[in-house]
Amino acid sequence: MTVLPDYPQARGCPFHPADGYTDYAPVAKVRLYNGREVWAVTGHAEARQVLLDPVTYSSDRVHPHYPALAPRFESARKVRNFIGMDPPEHTVQRRMLLSSFTVKKTNALRPRIQALVDGLLDEIEAKGPVADLVPEFALPVPSIVICELLGVPYTDHAFFEHQSRRVVTGSTTLEESADAFTQLKAYLDELIQRKQREPGDGLLDTLIAEQVETGALSRSELVDIALLLLVAGHETTASAIALGVVTLLEHPEQLAALRSDARLLPTAVEELLRFMAIADGIARFATADADLAGHQVRAGDGVVIVIATANRDGGAFPSPAAFAVDRGARHHVSFGHGVHQCIGQNLARAEMEIALGTLFRRLPGLRLARDLADLPIKEAGGVQGVWELPVTW
Amino acid sequence: MRITADQERCLGAGQCVLSAPDRFDQSDLGLVEVLDPEVPEGDEQRFRDILDLCPSQALSLEA
Ligand code: HEM
Ligand code: HEM
Repeated sequence: MTVLPDYPQARGCPFHPADGYTDYAPVAKVRLYNGREVWAVTGHAEARQVLLDPVTYSSDRVHPHYPALAPRFESARKVRNFIGMDPPEHTVQRRMLLSSFTVKKTNALRPRIQALVDGLLDEIEAKGPVADLVPEFALPVPSIVICELLGVPYTDHAFFEHQSRRVVTGSTTLEESADAFTQLKAYLDELIQRKQREPGDGLLDTLIAEQVETGALSRSELVDIALLLLVAGHETTASAIALGVVTLLEHPEQLAALRSDARLLPTAVEELLRFMAIADGIARFATADADLAGHQVRAGDGVVIVIATANRDGGAFPSPAAFAVDRGARHHVSFGHGVHQCIGQNLARAEMEIALGTLFRRLPGLRLARDLADLPIKEAGGVQGVWELPVTW
Repeated sequence: MRITADQERCLGAGQCVLSAPDRFDQSDLGLVEVLDPEVPEGDEQRFRDILDLCPSQALSLEA
């Protein structure tokens, strides 16, 4: 009997897909922490095939066949929102939010994001080196932005940032993640009740007026949607900004190209998204027998899309291991694909462009204040990135 | 060739607007609107690539 590779596997180096699956491309069996065998999809075309077919490959998190990629996914079964639903249920909830996430709406937030980034850099400069860019820069930018968008008081950030990390970190235990979900739900439920009495002007207030008061959503459904937006809205983007700084510093010729032509910023951000693959894996389960790259997938089988390897598929990206700020390829699967493709992607792009563009413009001498190999990196299977980022300039 | 959009399928990722803001917009509900459907001869491949980025497969090219 052959021993199956584990999923997830530590990247070791946060930029390199774990070695364990590359020999098995584009589809192979792997073993999860609980012993369950599931299909790992590492090819780009196959990843898109799965993600484009929500009828055959379900996102229904409460279903027992939905694979728990790590213990925390077991507790996530108790949070019901559209990321864990299939159409048509998924479509109804997602459409309630779309008008707040259009390209126009996110572009209108750019001046505010710029002011925020400038303010944080003023503080960092005034204090002088060394700065830890994770708590002082990468985390507050998306955290403040999502708070203002939703109407969540940023004064509570220490609480929800801590609880969110317990939800998205690879090594989180079942008990820890269950407790974090309970605390986040209680917090948001109280906040939403307060808003029902004293309405504000955030997206949550709009959803209360348009959906809860009309009976289209219950309060507890709104709590679960708010939880998704709050957690997904800051932790991923914070990781992308911090790891983006490291990636650019480690590719000085690419950084120089970006500095000499600020118009490259959007393609540089897109390439960072492909190269870093901040979200590690996406889970589905098969609702019917299906053929996947010549393998017979059976109804009930679990499937995991390995984003990092799909983004380095040579059939989809020439010289896939090279980081090139002018590549201009947007068909990576870092935001997923299909009906669940990230609703916050344009907000994340705007935040990354403004944060990274302004940081390197204002601190031209920016460099790591610690050896690269000594930076603590996030655990396998969760959002990827660094826990600390001490820099000087 | 002409671009056609299916608002029933659209889920507002905004990929089309990012690719060609002169051709696509999003309504107040966040759903795709085609500003100019005409694809000039020789530009078909460029538009096939743009349409291929749509995660909800809401866009197609028709003769
Ligand atoms: C101690 C464990 C680590 C090992 C064994 C390791 C190994 C590697 C290897 C073999 C490469 C490819 C080198 C090349 O292509 O020339 C690489 C590249 C890189 N590593 Fe690590 N690494 C480790 C930790 C880290 C950490 C902690 C970071 C930062 C958070 C990091 C960031 C990078 C970056 C930015 C690159 C360049 C990316 C690229 O060109 O592909 N590594 N690492
Ligand atoms: C670089 C930053 C980000 C990355 C890498 C990322 C990644 C992803 C991925 C891979 C998915 C697909 C999940 C699936 O198919 O099951 C997703 C969905 C989602 N993301 Fe993001 N995301 C980021 C930023 C954001 C932001 C800023 C927000 C909120 C404002 C957000 C909110 C969501 C939501 C609500 C979904 C569920 C969409 C659905 O099921 O229809 N994300 N994200």
